[in-house]
Amino acid sequence: MEGLEGPLLTIITASTPLLLAALGELVTERSGVLNLGVEGMMAVGAVCGFAAANLTGMPMLGVLAAILGGMVIAFLFGLLTLGLVTNQVASGLALTLFGLGLSALIGDAFVGVPGPGMPKLYIPGLSDIPLVGRIFFAQDFMTYLAWALVIAVWYFIFRTRGGLVLRAVGDNHVSAHALGYKVIRVRFLAVLFGGACAGLAGGYLSLVYTPQWTPNMTAGRGWIALALVVFAAWLPGRLVVGALLFGAVSYLALYLQGIGVGIPSQFLSMLPYLTTIVVLVVISRNRTLLRINTPACLGQSFVPDR
Amino acid sequence: MKKLLAAAAGAALMVAAAAGSASAADKLKACWVYVGPHNDGGYSEGHDKGRQLVDKELGDKVETSYVESVPEGPDAERVIERLARSGCKIIFTTSFGFMDQTIKVAAKYPDVKFEHATGFKTADNVTTYNARFYQGRYIIGQIAAKMSKTGTAGYIVSVPIPEVIMGINTFMLGAQSINPDFKVKIVWVNSWFDPGKEGDAAKALFDQGADIIVQHTDSPAPLQIAEERGLHGFGQAHDMSSFAPKAQLTAIEDNWGPYYVERVKAVLDGTWKSQQSWEGLKEKMLIMAPYLNMPDDVAAMAKDTEAKITADPLLPFRGKVLKQDGSDAGPIDDGVLLGMNWYVKGIDDKFPQ
Repeated sequence: MEGLEGPLLTIITASTPLLLAALGELVTERSGVLNLGVEGMMAVGAVCGFAAANLTGMPMLGVLAAILGGMVIAFLFGLLTLGLVTNQVASGLALTLFGLGLSALIGDAFVGVPGPGMPKLYIPGLSDIPLVGRIFFAQDFMTYLAWALVIAVWYFIFRTRGGLVLRAVGDNHVSAHALGYKVIRVRFLAVLFGGACAGLAGGYLSLVYTPQWTPNMTAGRGWIALALVVFAAWLPGRLVVGALLFGAVSYLALYLQGIGVGIPSQFLSMLPYLTTIVVLVVISRNRTLLRINTPACLGQSFVPDR
Repeated sequence: MKKLLAAAAGAALMVAAAAGSASAADKLKACWVYVGPHNDGGYSEGHDKGRQLVDKELGDKVETSYVESVPEGPDAERVIERLARSGCKIIFTTSFGFMDQTIKVAAKYPDVKFEHATGFKTADNVTTYNARFYQGRYIIGQIAAKMSKTGTAGYIVSVPIPEVIMGINTFMLGAQSINPDFKVKIVWVNSWFDPGKEGDAAKALFDQGADIIVQHTDSPAPLQIAEERGLHGFGQAHDMSSFAPKAQLTAIEDNWGPYYVERVKAVLDGTWKSQQSWEGLKEKMLIMAPYLNMPDDVAAMAKDTEAKITADPLLPFRGKVLKQDGSDAGPIDDGVLLGMNWYVKGIDDKFPQ
């Protein structure tokens, strides 16, 4: 069992940024807004987090800056798609390009500078339990935050009135509007939450995962997060399965190469994507479940008639 | 109002363009094409530092510019052609994947000089240039064999091109010259730059008992993991010791600047000729970062080998080299090296097809 500890720790840290970004996007999409700019928001979050932590020497301020950075970019997206009713797909794609460029610009001075790093949080007592202790109770604080967020988001969406309004807006904005709910305001908040989560995910990359800043360091994780949301049928629980699965298979692909199994590395590199898609498609084969959970107004603009 | 603004902006742009071309007219234009951002903290930044040296030393006669983050493949042709048309007199295309595009554009612009890094196709106006990185790999192989307690190194690589294979083989030959039973575990990440994946690969390799990490990818992430675990590794293309002050043993540093200055000067003097340059420790196109975190005798050994390779560039291959299946590889010269597509004996991994 000793040998399992390293791999399990790696898998959890590898899936945390995906989980965070996907969770934010899940809430955004539940409100009916499709924001394809996750990668861009992550990149800006990563650079803001790194810059703030580096300038102040306080990683926690970095986390805050990462969240704010993601939210500022999301705010821009909200202004465009909700305020000016631009096309969500086009705006989202533009946001990714913009975010990647902007982050490279902001980060110019921080390339090649080592980051302060985030201390691990050991929960006294519990972290001494063999195996389980190190894995569950000796992570960095952002990993705990990610798991707490999963539960909070699930509770919010399915167990609160606010969640019901969010889903109503995403499923049928005309009816929600007729009932007197502020569609645009709800959507704007959801977009901002998505930005905060994506920024946090970016901050995780530049502060915890590999404490450094380099342009394009998100390396496509925003897109994977986007795909996870769809394949998880907009359900937080399945998102966890998807993120962990992706993390596990990515790690396994590298691990198998090290042992020398003789499977072409290109195939192993493809494996995480393939497995995650196949598994999530299979568990989401239930048509009714998909119909119930897919936000019916996803990607559609709404103009309240005044 | 909007129209007025647009008109004003347009006029301003034209003035700026005119001013730019006026000052550029009497200067030689030298241009670079990078595969990554100019400040990627790795490979492309190394080339950009070389460009900056040209600016510094020949700034009164030469104007430099660059295009960054150009994807390898068909898209590069458009970028290179645009540079050629815009008046660049010498164009450095700095990545292997720009090879065919460089040759294609060069055929259309015979008056422009092209220099392609790490490739093997030349023409009357196309030169290739590369550094003998394998020389550094031999030295770090020896250091790894001396420093490793488990007798196993983890090796993170990008894509199986001769340059990379050559590096793995020379590393292994260096290690075997110290410890004939040395083992290397190889992980391909199929990317030159993905800090997360490179870091994960390092973790997987350490989890399997490797205690030294070698990389042929560009981010300092593997070294950071080594630092975190109290193990060791080597920097790639740059001195990365600021990321891993306790973990980095040394680094193979790219040093393109002197070459760029020499070649741009040759264009200025009219002495530029097509050639295939392959320079190493001797010409200082690659230099070794300070030998740190190792006992004095290991550092002394490394310095000794460095001096020997400076005197004899092919030193790593002077002994009998056996291929993976035990057959004799025969004498090894530059040609064999540049087309290397087999592993040396002692590497257990299957050769990537």
